[in-house]
Amino acid sequence: MSGTFLGMPGRPGGGSRPTAPRDFPTAAEAAGRDATLRGNLRHATHTIRDKRARAVAELSDWPELRAAGAAIKDDVLLRLDSHLERLEAAVTAAGGTVHWASDAAEANRIVTELVHATGETEVIKVKSMATQEIGLNEALAEAGITAYETDLAELIVQLGDDLPSHILVPAIHRNRSEIRDIFRERMGEWGRAAPEGLTDRPAELAEAARLHLREKFLRARVGISGANFMVAETGTLVVVESEGNGRMCLTLPETLISVVGIEKVVPTWRDLEVFLQLLPRSSTAERMNPYTTMWTGTTDGDGPREFHLVLLDNGRTDVLADTVGRQALRCIRCSACLNVCPVYERAGGHAYGSAYPGPIGAILTPQLRGVGSELDASLPYASSLCGACYEVCPVAIDIPRVLVHLRERVVEGGEVTVRGSRVRLKPARGHAAERAVMRAARWALERPGVVRAGQRVAGRTRRLHPRRLPGPGAAWTASRDLPTVPAESFRQWWHRTRGPGGGSGAGDGDTSRKERS
Amino acid sequence: MTDHARGGGGGHDSREVILGRIRRALGPSGPGPGGSGAPVAPPIPRDYAVSHLPDTSEGTTDPVELLAENLADYRALVHRVDPAGLPALIARLLAARGARSVVTPPGLPDGWLPEDITRVPDDPAATAAELDAVDAVVTGCALAIAETGTIVLDGSPDQGRRRITLIPDHHLCVVRVPEQVVASVPEAMPRLVPHRPQTWISGPSATSDIELDRVEGVHGPRVLEVLLVGPTGTGAAGY
Ligand code: SF4
Repeated sequence: MSGTFLGMPGRPGGGSRPTAPRDFPTAAEAAGRDATLRGNLRHATHTIRDKRARAVAELSDWPELRAAGAAIKDDVLLRLDSHLERLEAAVTAAGGTVHWASDAAEANRIVTELVHATGETEVIKVKSMATQEIGLNEALAEAGITAYETDLAELIVQLGDDLPSHILVPAIHRNRSEIRDIFRERMGEWGRAAPEGLTDRPAELAEAARLHLREKFLRARVGISGANFMVAETGTLVVVESEGNGRMCLTLPETLISVVGIEKVVPTWRDLEVFLQLLPRSSTAERMNPYTTMWTGTTDGDGPREFHLVLLDNGRTDVLADTVGRQALRCIRCSACLNVCPVYERAGGHAYGSAYPGPIGAILTPQLRGVGSELDASLPYASSLCGACYEVCPVAIDIPRVLVHLRERVVEGGEVTVRGSRVRLKPARGHAAERAVMRAARWALERPGVVRAGQRVAGRTRRLHPRRLPGPGAAWTASRDLPTVPAESFRQWWHRTRGPGGGSGAGDGDTSRKERS
Repeated sequence: MTDHARGGGGGHDSREVILGRIRRALGPSGPGPGGSGAPVAPPIPRDYAVSHLPDTSEGTTDPVELLAENLADYRALVHRVDPAGLPALIARLLAARGARSVVTPPGLPDGWLPEDITRVPDDPAATAAELDAVDAVVTGCALAIAETGTIVLDGSPDQGRRRITLIPDHHLCVVRVPEQVVASVPEAMPRLVPHRPQTWISGPSATSDIELDRVEGVHGPRVLEVLLVGPTGTGAAGY
């Protein structure tokens, strides 16, 4: 196995699992020193990026689909309470049971109790960002329940005692020989061992995973999933996947538990026609993904006899309370924004310190968790505001605008909603967070590829929040109502206000380097 | 304004807590300059295309042709056959892979399968391990989508339970053309019944998780053969 990631301390007890980074720049700098990681990431993101562009170009009405997708999601958000009530009624009428979880701990408790009630101590899982967000596997383990990840990439991550680094391709940071080593060394501990003489051919590795997981699928009695969409009108849940492990988890067990963020609801059956066109092309660059499963409650004799839907808040209502930031809840987790992001490409997914890496993580995590920690305060600065993420986002989330908004919040403080209550946030100035913020901003600005040639990111004087991108790179701001004209570029401002002497950041993880201008 | 029920206890309390938080987040007391008055969602602009069938010099593309092309593009094996030739084609395809047993959904026309093959009925009492021992499965479908190369199964009698098209390693799916073919996803939605459990299949199972190399056949059937049955115009028994 490759060594410890990102220079993070290994987990006690042997594994090399990276712990959550202290702040973005520390982790990003460490990732930048790992040549293998950088090479893997670069290859992967560029490949998907080009394929996606071709898949999208096939549809002449992409802008209209994108506008419809954004509008449907806005409608969802503006009437979220009534959509959820409709969804609950429809799922219940179809034989399912709906649970509400206000935070991660409650969701974990509900799922643990449901699994205990079946008498089982093993569950199979299909990749789900929501369960990763709440740390469900760890909570189940504490309760004596083993959760087997069944997505190939998640299996690689789980066997490697690692963390996912990409929404769609969680093991994007591992190359084939690393994967072979992980399979050889670890599969036996979790179940069927890897075949003798396993090589690093992808087809052979996939076959090893097929054999390893098959016995688990065939005997599993409890499945756990998330969902890509929930239809309020009909109570239908939708899971989009490629490998067939989703179908296994959703149809073979007797009990199915789905943990889904409340923002995943769509109003009508018809709305799926928009998202089933937007999602596959944006995420895997396919006309359609190999398998999509749709189920409504329970069906006699077909699939699980018991279905539980756990609706998860865990900060989402706090995001909803922010009229600028709430558009992050439109996200359909396609990962297109990761694949075009120059910062993600260099920093890697782990630097973002949550289940949500890349540009979407930079705006979602600080809103879900607040900007209280150094890590979360530094995330809005993990960007050069180049705007590529907005251009590819299938639901037109204006990520740069939200980043700017969150920077303002970090720097100036102000009213925010935390777990439903209004609180006043202190400005970062003079606190530990400020240093992390400064270093993140410098990290992003000092990478020539990150700040696109000719682009000046401008900020209003003496503030950390650029409002607008002037110059040739500004096409994407044309339709935007950001307030006006900066007098100097952000980099000029940075050099001016950072003070004389140019001492590189005070953080102990910081490496000093030459200044660029 | 303060939320006293932080963290929630039982599920029911949390329901009220979450709905209350949503209403406060959206309501007149919500933050921001636009935060006065109840929010109104603008109408959904639905001026996207109903379908994208490319125009060719001879007119519009035939949806059946496009379906065949897109299925093949994602590595499904596509065959065209007229109704009379269907049983012989099925027999040939099963024999070609040495299949001796086939799961048969209850509504599958009896004449489709060769005499000498073992039929395993779609039985709710059968275990997954038993299904794992069967060589192949033959089904019909609810419809097929040309633009995306997708076949949709909805558990109707000629398709059976979802698991029978999942566990056996070889799936033969019969599509009646042209009547079961729609051009696009927007054309498919109104023809599908939401409450039926559905599986949309676009090519055999695949993964790109290892260095983005596409590998066919992970957990679902590794061989997907789609039989387009209808007037072939040539009388040919498949290709
Ligand atoms: S923010 Fe947009 S581009 Fe990024 S994952 Fe979400 S939907 Fe996809």
